[in-house]
Amino acid sequence: MNMILPSSVSATPNGTTRPQVRIVIVGHVDHGKSTLVGRLLHETGSLPEGKLEMLKAVSARRGMPFEWSFLLDALQTERDQGITIDTTQIRFRTRSRDVVLIDAPGHAEFLRNMITGASQADGAVLIIDALEGVRDQTRRHGYLLHLLGIKQVAIVVNKMDRVDFSADRFKAISDEISAHLIGLGVTPSAVIPISARDGDGVAERTPRISWYQGPCVVEALDALEPARPLEQLALRLPVQAIYKFDDRRIVAGRIESGHLSAGDEIVIMPAGKIAKIKTVESWPVTPLHGSHSAGRSVGITLDRELFIERGDVIAHAGATPRDTRRIRARIFWLHDKPLAKGDQVLVRLGTRESRAQVVAIEKAVDPGELSNAETTSIARNHVGEIDLSLAQPVAADPYQDNPRTGRLVIEVNGRIAGGGLVLSVEAGQRAVPIDIVPVESALRPEERSARYRHNGAVIWLTGLPGSGKSTLARALERRLFSRGGSPILLDGDTLRAGLNNDLGFSPQDRSENIRRLAEVATHLARNGHVAIVAAVSPAIADRAAARRIADAAFREIHVAAPAEVCESRDPKGHYAKARAGTLPSFTGITNDYQPPLECELKLDTSTRTVADATDAIERMLAETGVLFDELVDLAANI
Amino acid sequence: MHLLNSESGGAGPQPTALTEASTVPKIFGGQPLPPPSILAEGRLPPPSMDHLDELEAQSIYILREAFARLKKLALLWSLGKDSNVMIWLARKAFFGRVPFPALHVDTGKKFPEMYAFRDRFGKEWELDLKVEPCPPIDAVDPTLPPAARSAARKTEGLKWALTKYGFDGLIAGIRRDEEATRAKERVFSPRGIEGGWDVRDQPPEFWDHFNASPPQGAHLRIHPILHWTEADIWAYTKRENIPIIPLYLSKDGKRYRSLGDQDITNPVASTASSIDEILIELDATKVPERAGRALDHETEDAFERLRVAGYL
Repeated sequence: MNMILPSSVSATPNGTTRPQVRIVIVGHVDHGKSTLVGRLLHETGSLPEGKLEMLKAVSARRGMPFEWSFLLDALQTERDQGITIDTTQIRFRTRSRDVVLIDAPGHAEFLRNMITGASQADGAVLIIDALEGVRDQTRRHGYLLHLLGIKQVAIVVNKMDRVDFSADRFKAISDEISAHLIGLGVTPSAVIPISARDGDGVAERTPRISWYQGPCVVEALDALEPARPLEQLALRLPVQAIYKFDDRRIVAGRIESGHLSAGDEIVIMPAGKIAKIKTVESWPVTPLHGSHSAGRSVGITLDRELFIERGDVIAHAGATPRDTRRIRARIFWLHDKPLAKGDQVLVRLGTRESRAQVVAIEKAVDPGELSNAETTSIARNHVGEIDLSLAQPVAADPYQDNPRTGRLVIEVNGRIAGGGLVLSVEAGQRAVPIDIVPVESALRPEERSARYRHNGAVIWLTGLPGSGKSTLARALERRLFSRGGSPILLDGDTLRAGLNNDLGFSPQDRSENIRRLAEVATHLARNGHVAIVAAVSPAIADRAAARRIADAAFREIHVAAPAEVCESRDPKGHYAKARAGTLPSFTGITNDYQPPLECELKLDTSTRTVADATDAIERMLAETGVLFDELVDLAANI
Repeated sequence: MHLLNSESGGAGPQPTALTEASTVPKIFGGQPLPPPSILAEGRLPPPSMDHLDELEAQSIYILREAFARLKKLALLWSLGKDSNVMIWLARKAFFGRVPFPALHVDTGKKFPEMYAFRDRFGKEWELDLKVEPCPPIDAVDPTLPPAARSAARKTEGLKWALTKYGFDGLIAGIRRDEEATRAKERVFSPRGIEGGWDVRDQPPEFWDHFNASPPQGAHLRIHPILHWTEADIWAYTKRENIPIIPLYLSKDGKRYRSLGDQDITNPVASTASSIDEILIELDATKVPERAGRALDHETEDAFERLRVAGYL
């Protein structure tokens, strides 16, 4: 079935350049997308020899009236069912443009294919059946064009022959869809009445639509502009790989925005390391001189040896993306299972991938419905705003600042499940001073997770002195170690003997003590270990600070036992000393312990055994994604 | 031989004022050097890319993604114009060296000129060339029409090679404009354990984020030149001075537009005896590229059946 046209696009032999513009046709199922494409090819004289006759024969063989859509619906199942299943592309020429037409399926079941097609487009034609008017897929596609960042949209009201070319009917539909799109921030460039089957309004304004003064479809397509590379924005070079094929160490990637030259001072984000571009490498000619701009796939060498890896983003000093572990995004969801708060997903942002947890969902709606009833999870083909907590820092821009680096996709079980625009980025708490160059581990967290069968975590045991924190911590340590894990005990008193021996028991010193504990524990967790912290940590504010540092890895356990039970245990003899007045500021006596209002687990150690309490902790860790048994679960997360 | 002369410096005009100055020195590769005064300023307005530059940059991005995300890649080298461009792009992507094997699944029925080309450039381009045979015709689905059945041997040969080497990614030089079912392909296209293509359930793919996690035992097809056209291939071949098999050029009023097995590939009427003439011919023709491929024309769905079963 050869049907796609030879088209020389810009590469014409005489060296002339015609702009190439990619246009997607979207709209509700059966509103005539494929028919419009067929008609456009016919009207512009773009059909290959014998194609029309072949299509007529195919239609006749199936006992169906002549179908333009057979031109694009290349798959047997598409022809049999008369619907477009997957997106396709076809090329033709207008007066001033080479056009790549992308035909996208209108059926809700194939929204993922519509998105696949539309994401490649510079502009869109949204088609609406004059008889049926605006339908749910019309609205959904309109919304997705907005989320895909497509701003040039022409509206085509098709099947005008079915409404006797009524100007009133046309105006009603035009008003409704224009209001809908403008509400999304998309202003239609034209609204055109047509009959794709008969040809009215496609290449010319026929007498039957004499009341219409605007452009025909071909003219509207001629007015759509190709998307321009983002040369004017700040430099963003997401690192694809580091190559050491010879004595050069080449950092390879595509410039997503801005431009670079040898000699430029650059910052490697998110770590904030600085270097200079030594050379721009290429083949067969190398090195290259001059400036290299957005769209180029390049390779650069640096003036110094730095640890740099796939996923880092190279920027110019003073105009860097933000380093963050928190992102708010507006997304569309394509997976069968709705996206819910607490879900563990994989986020891809540029060339970086990071495990992430959905920590909040808002404004989840079906963009096809008018009512906009909000739900708490994002169902398949719906949209919503989510907050993501990332397992590792990433360099990100809001979409408003950079359309290329301000978008992300979400993967579930190794398959793309959704995507969307970065609305805002919560910048990292402390920018790393430029002269501090942290050295990353040679191992990725996933490598450790695969061995330990757990993710990194900070288990924070809080409670009165004598409540059983250290006992439980030691039991948990033994338990995790026995199952092959890598637990590390951080006891508050033990650290006070060394790292924190400059600190006393004033509220300020206690806060600093907690901060250091949290930092050390978080470092261990990021490297795949389970840090078990046993610390009285009486202040809610201090524990909240620790949670902010450890973020999604934090699991707070309140080890609760009645004060008199704790005092009767007195394993370290502190209560006795405090009662004797030789131990000031002792939490057990001064009653300044603030129990958690919310925590992952509360255990009363006066009523359960150590083994029983350890079981409970293990269950909680399994339920919250720290421990896993099946390696396939891991595969889903990394 | 890869030197560019000034005429072949670009298929379209170089857009900035820099290139219009005839005094601008050319460096190896046809890229103009800006005058020193501009160099000294540092941030000059960067030259935009022409159409072929854009195609090339996108293909390189795809090849690098494949190399970064898959464990065991091979590039399918059919010896034709498309896969030669692909090898060229891979050398650009990886700075001169193709860091994975070039796999030729050999039906044993190619033209002698094709074998000569393979033997010469496999060495010159320093390819890790692996030639794998195809099974005899008897081993192939007898319900397929004759030419399709003959072509399906290649699918079987491919399956053998996959089993033998355990590749998880095969880089293939198909293009959307060649054929209607190929127009529906993804850049990273998952194949089942049996090598089959599930056209009803292709994953979403957008913003150059690719699905690169094939299930255990399955593999991915990677299509770095899916977005190119036949004319793009020729214009780029000319610009980069990539060697071609002479069968593509007109001899006695005929030339091959597409090269397959000898017994199921026919030449088309053509007087184009240079790449320039091919480009002019393509600009005017309404004859499809694969018109000379017998297997495409046997039944309405013969090609789709082949592709679903794992054909390229």
